[in-house]
Amino acid sequence: MVEKALKGGVWYWLWLLLLLSFIGLAFYFWHSEHQYGAGVITGLHRDLTWGFHIGQLAFFVGVAASAVMIVLPYYFHNYKEFGRITILAEFLAVGAVIIAMLSVFVVMGQPSRVFYVLLHPTPNSIIFWDLVVLSTYLFLNLLCGWTVLHSEYKGTSYPSWLKPFIYWAILWGPSIHIVTAFLLQGLPGRHYWFTAIMAPRFLASAFSAGPALLIFLALLLKKVANFNVGEKAIQTITKIVIYAFIINLLFLLFEIFTAFYSGIHSHMAPFLYLFFGYEGHREWVPVMWGSLLLGIVGLLILLVPSLRRRETTLTLGALSIFLSVWIEKGITLMVGGFTPNVFETVTPYKPSFPEVMIALGVWSVGFLVVTILYKITLSVYESKNLAVKLKG
Amino acid sequence: MSIKRREFLKIAGYGLAGTILSITGGVFVGRGSEILKGLERVSSTKVKWAMVIDSRAFKSESDFEVVISACHKAHNVPDIPDKNREVKWIWKDTFMRGFPSAETRFISEDIKKRPFLLLCNHCDNPPCVRVCPVKATFKREDGIVMQDMHRCIGCKFCMAGCPYGARNYNFYPPREYLKALNPEFPTRTLGVVEKCIFCYHRLDEGLLPYCVEASQGKMYFGNLADPNSEVRRVISENIIMVRKPELGTNPKVFYII
Repeated sequence: MVEKALKGGVWYWLWLLLLLSFIGLAFYFWHSEHQYGAGVITGLHRDLTWGFHIGQLAFFVGVAASAVMIVLPYYFHNYKEFGRITILAEFLAVGAVIIAMLSVFVVMGQPSRVFYVLLHPTPNSIIFWDLVVLSTYLFLNLLCGWTVLHSEYKGTSYPSWLKPFIYWAILWGPSIHIVTAFLLQGLPGRHYWFTAIMAPRFLASAFSAGPALLIFLALLLKKVANFNVGEKAIQTITKIVIYAFIINLLFLLFEIFTAFYSGIHSHMAPFLYLFFGYEGHREWVPVMWGSLLLGIVGLLILLVPSLRRRETTLTLGALSIFLSVWIEKGITLMVGGFTPNVFETVTPYKPSFPEVMIALGVWSVGFLVVTILYKITLSVYESKNLAVKLKG
Repeated sequence: MSIKRREFLKIAGYGLAGTILSITGGVFVGRGSEILKGLERVSSTKVKWAMVIDSRAFKSESDFEVVISACHKAHNVPDIPDKNREVKWIWKDTFMRGFPSAETRFISEDIKKRPFLLLCNHCDNPPCVRVCPVKATFKREDGIVMQDMHRCIGCKFCMAGCPYGARNYNFYPPREYLKALNPEFPTRTLGVVEKCIFCYHRLDEGLLPYCVEASQGKMYFGNLADPNSEVRRVISENIIMVRKPELGTNPKVFYII
């Protein structure tokens, strides 16, 4: 099946070349960080040691986890409409886990020592568990997606030995995101993160942003590759996005209520900083409102049945929600967690250009894998259609 | 099966012997013998090193300077001009920043404006140790929170975990920012975390930490587990504060107010 990734048109190769050049550029900047220091290359500082990259971890673990919203109805409830999109969801999860794991790898000050995490396993550290659950999830999705596709290729249904792995992956999906939330929510003195609702909110925002990205990708494949996952599948996923995003907004309101009704200053401070500014610092105020606005606009578009049925407006709505969650989880989650800092003062953070370029390279690795896996999937379905036509 | 059981018992026996050895040998013998003199009377208690800083006694700029430079020179702490990314094991900061959860509206101007020496609190319940994925930071049996710069992978999780800002990441190549080199102490490399180590190497030789020695009586150091120790005496006789007690980290650096 792999050989199918080697046959493609000009645009396919140009796209791969573009991704590879981003990866090359990212490698250059990442390498310079280890030559000149993170002080020269990144915007991180004493008071904010986890920035843009760990934000990408939080966000893309969510995208990976959200595959469960498609996998569960298809395999567990036998929701046939999700037949085609399930493989897309599983392979997207593979790419997203790779992005998540690489995002952590690039923040390591001593990358050559990273295998110490396995050499000296430390169960009291959530990073250890994150590594365990993420690599397991990567394996499970690759195994399930690949085996199901291979059965499709052979024209059979998937083997029965795969069932336990599929159920394992369904259970594992939410757990990877819960573990990622636990990285943050158990730290004393980080008020913005110190909330039991962090893990459920992570799940809610993931189950809206991940499927939103999947809708966009499915519509894109329909346009550029003539691969149709089916109107009904897309509409069902849209409803998943709507419900999950409403829950996410509710959770945000619960957070704000708890912080402001209790009146505990340290709990209010990060919300004040992000939404209104704090001690004269307003760096992230427009970004935060932008994220909220995008989310509300996206939700309103998707809520109107006639708009969510039209592909252009559906794409717009899905992308707005995706971007809204990406800003909130991929950037401001880290900023709010570290600002105000442990001295209750503000040390502003801005991701540096090389930092963003390194992230772009990390995304490119993920999307390179997704592109290749999607290419194989599409080719398999294409040859099957051809066979059906010939038989007919 | 019987062989396996015998092997198991053997291993368990070694483990037990090792534990007893490390408790007695590691903690009671050879560390800070000067201060340990008083400990012989209370041999059933363990050692818990603690520091008391008399904030009233630190008045002039040079009171702070001698203490800080004694530590930084001895430990090859680089002098980095970028204040947001500097490395500091012990430093001067304001009361408001050091004790942000304290009630400050009606306190005296003297305390509000008083500078404080801040450093790693060597918490009895250290979040940094809890979060480190490779045991590069760990707590010794005498309570010192250690940092192994050769184990550290530079993930910076401990810096997110520490509520006191006491940890330093080497954002710049540290050796390039050393004014003078102390060959007795290792230098560090880019991308690892470092911090105050309560001068465990000095305690092992029976000496006081550099900062305490340089403070000339403005700082106290001793065994918190010993009810008759000097630190216990000054703690009980004075008005004492610790940083962010509400977090349950149990700091072992105390401030006389």
